[in-house]
Parts: sequence; structure tokens; C-alpha cells
Amino acid sequence: MLIFRILKNLGGYSLFMTQVFRKPEKFRVFLKLFFREVDDLGMSSVGIVSFFSFFIGAVVSLQMAYNMGDNPFIPLSYIALATRESIILEFAPTMISIVLAGKVGSYIASSIGTMKVTEQVDALEVMGVNSISYLVAPKIAAAMMFFPILIVMSMFLGILGGWVASVGSGVCTSSDYILGLQSYFKPFYVIYALIKTEFFAFAIATIPSFYGYKVSGGALEVGRSSTLAVVWTSITIILLNYILTQLLLV
Amino acid sequence: MVKVEKIHKSFGNNEVLKGIDTEFHKGKTNLIIGQSGSGKTVFLKCLVGLHTPDSGEIFFGDKKYSNFNIKEERQLRMDIGMVFQGSALYDSMTVEENVMFPLSMFTEQTKEEMLVRVNEVLSRVNLDNANDKFPSELSGGMQKRVAIARAIVMKPKYLFCDEPNSGLDPNTAIVIDNLLQEITVEYDITTIINTHDMNSVMEIGDNIIFIKEGFKEWEGSKDEMFTTDNPAILEFVYSSELFKKVRETYNN
Repeated sequence: MLIFRILKNLGGYSLFMTQVFRKPEKFRVFLKLFFREVDDLGMSSVGIVSFFSFFIGAVVSLQMAYNMGDNPFIPLSYIALATRESIILEFAPTMISIVLAGKVGSYIASSIGTMKVTEQVDALEVMGVNSISYLVAPKIAAAMMFFPILIVMSMFLGILGGWVASVGSGVCTSSDYILGLQSYFKPFYVIYALIKTEFFAFAIATIPSFYGYKVSGGALEVGRSSTLAVVWTSITIILLNYILTQLLLV
Repeated sequence: MVKVEKIHKSFGNNEVLKGIDTEFHKGKTNLIIGQSGSGKTVFLKCLVGLHTPDSGEIFFGDKKYSNFNIKEERQLRMDIGMVFQGSALYDSMTVEENVMFPLSMFTEQTKEEMLVRVNEVLSRVNLDNANDKFPSELSGGMQKRVAIARAIVMKPKYLFCDEPNSGLDPNTAIVIDNLLQEITVEYDITTIINTHDMNSVMEIGDNIIFIKEGFKEWEGSKDEMFTTDNPAILEFVYSSELFKKVRETYNN
């Protein structure tokens, strides 16, 4: 039964996506909507992403220091190295995307769902506007353009948080930390993280939109679709994370 | 003119419309009435293209809707204005932006030209100083008037209204009814209103279609409604003491 439901949703999602790229609206209108979505989906997430990144970076560096203990064979600079790798490879792209799936995903699903139940989507359709393309395409463009910026910001703040925590608590010196950051750095890791982010951004913009569109009924259904949207977006991010890591790193 | 031939529509095993034939006249307010669940909303949604009928034909002018090509359908969409039951105004847009929306989507007018037209229609619905307000700042009656302004801003040939009076007090409902009737005559358009408000029927019903259980049960004008002996009409329209007395007084 669950398999049947998943297949049905996958089919519905595929048909939904064909509508998104079917008939482009006027570029002037698209541009206006795009900048509004950049503000709604991206700029409004800067605060929460900064907060999470800074403190998780701090915690990661302290845990690294704790795990290394007083082992004389491991240089203290490795605290920074391990913090950097954890943040760039996994924490910034994946964990922050899951945070965004919760924040942005619920916003998208509930706003489209509310438009659906209040007949605003019908009003677009009656006018002859391709409502799916009109509402979803700017969200996809905004997420795919702005989320990588958020993730790069998250990497920087996570590493900064690690520096503040480890130097502030005296587990290593500032020069140890900076030396660790500069050691064995592979620029491809950043590219890998950004590639993942693009896929996650697409999922965050489209899956909640799909669930928002499926809403019929009232406030309860809007809430239910919002929850489902966050759950399935998070699951998709975790699965994509595995697949992309297998493809790009192994 | 909008003509409908043998429209059928089912949802699963539930046949909602069972072969409706009728004609809606230009320059008149055409009312669709019926009990809740009789199929009138589904019928209206079939007319505007939100539902696709299982069988039957809809004619806009003298052309079958099913024969429209993409260009003609796009033009038809511009010729249709619709007022939804809950107004369906876009929450994130001001009154001005809501009314300007169809113009910005489908015309190449400059902002100034659009603004002139927006102010013209807002003035027509007596909303001169509400341009910068958001829908949440307006009363139900004002929201309906904005919805009417948005529906007529493209100078449509067909105006569809789904329960335009629902949730309004009797006074405001009459204002909205009169506004719709005036606009119908002024723009010479085919107006189709879905309602179960008997006051509206008595006020503006030039042509009334009564739908019962998916069939067209009766058709006539408001004057004919007073004299008909159709039992379904008598049961539906004259179920209240007030309307029984109105009918008696009219017939005497």
C-alpha cells in the first residue's frame, strides 16, 4: 500500500514538473516574482542559518578536541582540519538544507495550499495563467540561485564558530587552528558541497510546492500537507545525499 | 451569449451533472439557482474551464469551446472575468496590484496606462481610495467589489460570479447585486451568477435556471417565477413564510 502511494506520488510529481517548465510567463513578471522569492526563501533564512552554523561549528570543534584528548601523536591543528572537513562535506550542505526544508518547505507548502483552498489558484487558471509555472518556477530559480550562497555563508560561519570556541576555551591556539584550516585542503570538496546544494535546493522548492498543490479542503489539510512536505523533502535530501556522495566521491 | 448542450459531469460514480441544456443571454444577468449539492458550482466550473465536462458542448458566441485552438482559448480567457465566492484576491498584493494583475499578465500597456484603467474600474465599483490597501484590511463587501473590479478590468465579454453575496449582510448584498446588474448592461456582457440568495433572484434575475439533482428543472424570468406552479420551485423558493407572502402579494 505504501509502495503504491509512493509510486502514485512520484507519478503526480512528474506530471506536476512537466507543467512547471511548460509555458513560461512574461519575463518581466517572472523577474519580479523571482526577486520576491529570493527575499522570502533566501534572505529571510540568513538569520537562522547563521545561528545554526556558528554554534554547530563551535560544538563540532569542541567535540574534535575532546575526542583527540591529550594524545601527543595528533597535532592540535587537526581540530581545525576535522572541523573544516565536517562542515564543508556534510554539515553545511546537508544539515542546513534539512533546516531549510523545515523552514522554507513548510512556508511553500502552506502558502500554496492556502492559495488553493481560497481559490486564488483557480483565479489564476480562469485568467489563463499557468498557475503551476507562475508560482513554482520563480521559487526553483530563487532557491537554486540563493541557497548555494547560504551554504557558503554557513561554511564560513561554522569554521568561524569552531575558531571562537576552540581558541576561546583554550583547546588550541589561533595559529594551530589556522594551520589546520590550511592543511590538506581539497577545493573539490567545496564544489561537491555546492553540487549537492543545487539538488537539495531543487527538492526544497518543488516537493513542498507539489504537496501545496495537492491540498483540497481547509486549514487542517493545509497543515497536513505542510507536514508531509517537510517529511518527504527531508527524506529526499537524505537519499540524494547518499546517491550524490556515491557518484561524486567514491 | 453562452450556450450549453447536454453537459454531463461525474466524479467517480457520482454523476453530478446529468445533461444540462440551456442558453445564457447577452446583456442580461443569468442566474443559476439550486440547493446546496445540486451541481450548480460544478456547472459553473465547467463553464469557465476549471472542470472538463465528460460529454456535451459549450458554445461561446457561436463557436464550440472544444474546437478552440490555443490562440482562441487564450483570447477567450481574456474575455472571461470571474468573481469567486471568497473573492480570491491575492493576499500578498495591494488592491491596485490585484486589479492590475490581468493587465500586467496579458497586455503590453505601460504602468501609467494600466494605472488609468485600474483607477477607472475601482472608481466604477466605488472604491476610490483603496489602492494601497491589502485584502486583509478590507471588509467582505469591499473585497467583493475589488474582485468585481479585477474581473472587469480587461473589459470581458463574459462575467461569471460564484455566490457573490455569500457572507454579506443584506444591504451590502443588494449593493453588489445592483453593481453586477449595472455592469452587465453598461458593458453589454453575458453575466452568469451562481446563487442561492432569493433576494438576488428577486432583484436581478433576468433569466433564471433552476438546477435540481444535476438536471435543469426550470427556466424563466423572475416574474415567471412568481406565477409558476412547478412543484420543485415552489418547494425551493417558497419554502419560507416571507417568500410565500411575497408571491401572494405579487399574484394579487
